[in-house]
Amino acid sequence: MKILVCISHVPDTTSKINFSNGDSEFDTNGVQYVINPNDEFGLTRAIWFQEQQGATVTVVNVGGPDTEPSLRKALAIGANEAIRVNANPTDGFFVAKQLAEVIKNGGYDLVIAGKESLDYNGGMVPGMIAGILGSNFLNSCTAITVDGNNVKAVREIDGGKETLSTSLPLIIGGQKGLVEEKDLRIPNMRGIMTARTKALTILEPVDAPVNTKAVKFEKPAPKSAVKLVSPDNLDELINLLHNEAKVI
Amino acid sequence: MSILIYAESAEGKFKKVAFELASYAKKVAESLGTTVTALTVNTGDVSELAKYGVDKVLKVNNDKLAGFTAKAYADVIKQAAEKEGTKVVLLSSTTDSIYLSSLVAVALNAGFASNVVGLPVSTSPFQVKRNAFSNKAFNITEISTDVKVLGLAKNSYGIFESAGSATEEDFNPSIGDNDFGVKVESVEKVSGKVSIADADIVVSGGRGLKGPENWGMIEDLAAVLGAATACSKPVSDLGWRPHSEHVGQTGKPVATNLYIAIGISGAIQHIAGINSSKVKVVINNDPEAPFFKVADYGVVGDAFTIVPQLIEKLKAFKAQHS
Repeated sequence: MKILVCISHVPDTTSKINFSNGDSEFDTNGVQYVINPNDEFGLTRAIWFQEQQGATVTVVNVGGPDTEPSLRKALAIGANEAIRVNANPTDGFFVAKQLAEVIKNGGYDLVIAGKESLDYNGGMVPGMIAGILGSNFLNSCTAITVDGNNVKAVREIDGGKETLSTSLPLIIGGQKGLVEEKDLRIPNMRGIMTARTKALTILEPVDAPVNTKAVKFEKPAPKSAVKLVSPDNLDELINLLHNEAKVI
Repeated sequence: MSILIYAESAEGKFKKVAFELASYAKKVAESLGTTVTALTVNTGDVSELAKYGVDKVLKVNNDKLAGFTAKAYADVIKQAAEKEGTKVVLLSSTTDSIYLSSLVAVALNAGFASNVVGLPVSTSPFQVKRNAFSNKAFNITEISTDVKVLGLAKNSYGIFESAGSATEEDFNPSIGDNDFGVKVESVEKVSGKVSIADADIVVSGGRGLKGPENWGMIEDLAAVLGAATACSKPVSDLGWRPHSEHVGQTGKPVATNLYIAIGISGAIQHIAGINSSKVKVVINNDPEAPFFKVADYGVVGDAFTIVPQLIEKLKAFKAQHS
């Protein structure tokens, strides 16, 4: 089984979010980048398939050279090889188009992407890849097993979960549950050393239409300070929730 | 030309998001000088939609669509959009609608903006405001394609009634076998409880509650308020509560009217997941807990004395106001 794990290189949650150039660009100054958490669950599950079922795992990212540390980290965690599509991602469709091209040419059986990235939170790339390729697609996937071409998976739904069956080739939008947080892999020294010698292929992007573009960013208005209510005066809290906030 | 919405239902009844989507569509339609068509799938009585501004209902009734299959549903929405000559397709942000929306966008060669909050900033060029960076910023996105797909963020617009009536029309799209590559084997839904996704109010507990045996008061408080229960990540990691209750960045997102955090310090990952809730209340004995910085109302004190009192007072309040 050939697995492709799509990796987004995103600002760490604790990063300060600022914009530059007249609020038209994300200000990368002083921002720490990490592998998108939803992708990390998928990567660890892919490594499980590699160790238990002899799968090969390729990681891919659409981005500039500055995103390579995330790919190197994925290699150190255990991926066999990496691909970087050398382009500045403009919108979800552009990224999906690039990834669909990589998938078509690489003949991957299972493609694991995170259900959404922490930066733009679009949540659209996995579905768009499936739409472009016409492959089977599962979103919000919390568990997956593969036996030959047959796949059993679990999807989170509002208020519960759904067990599904499908077949390869398959695209999934994954999340926590594919593996538990405590089972996430972190690179060890040997992994970091061998990662240096693993292949990182750089591909040039294919053309894609510009469907959408981010024209401007805004930050929410500063929040007014919390109103503290004395624990001896909970009637006041109920009064505020009823008359001021109007939520009860 | 009309705007198309997919009005989701469950067990034959509309979900609340369908009415929010209809209300939103009505306003967008007014600014574009057009009407609103709603697509329904296996919904019984659809007349309620007219109250929220829908002008026409396309009713699909088909046993093949009895269970949710994203590809088949996306295919139906695409055919409805083509039949109506729709330029704007509006979808909600339920798990199912998020699942199918990218498929709809690709099928219609449409530019897609998800997490849209508020009415379009401008209709020419077509620009919308979206949540981004885990609710720490907004992104104004311009959609330049002829057909546009928007995903409306949950609880971001509200439900508004408008006088009017709707015509109803049966619609029989063609549904191919290749739409069913993913099959539903079984569905497990927690019954008798409000789900986090559907709740107007969520009561959430953290490690400050000291152990799973103390969750009775969280459930009691939720019961008085008709709320769903949730928990922080450490609580689900410790196994005190099921993973399905974990809210936050890697858990379920919450965008309710009222979020009550009890014994939750407010780690940035937790806040990222609940920040689009409208009103936030924190009860914590540590006045330095970061949650107080993002909350609207706070009570500094011991949850074990405050929550039982609050339950009694709310019961009295509810009795008086019902």
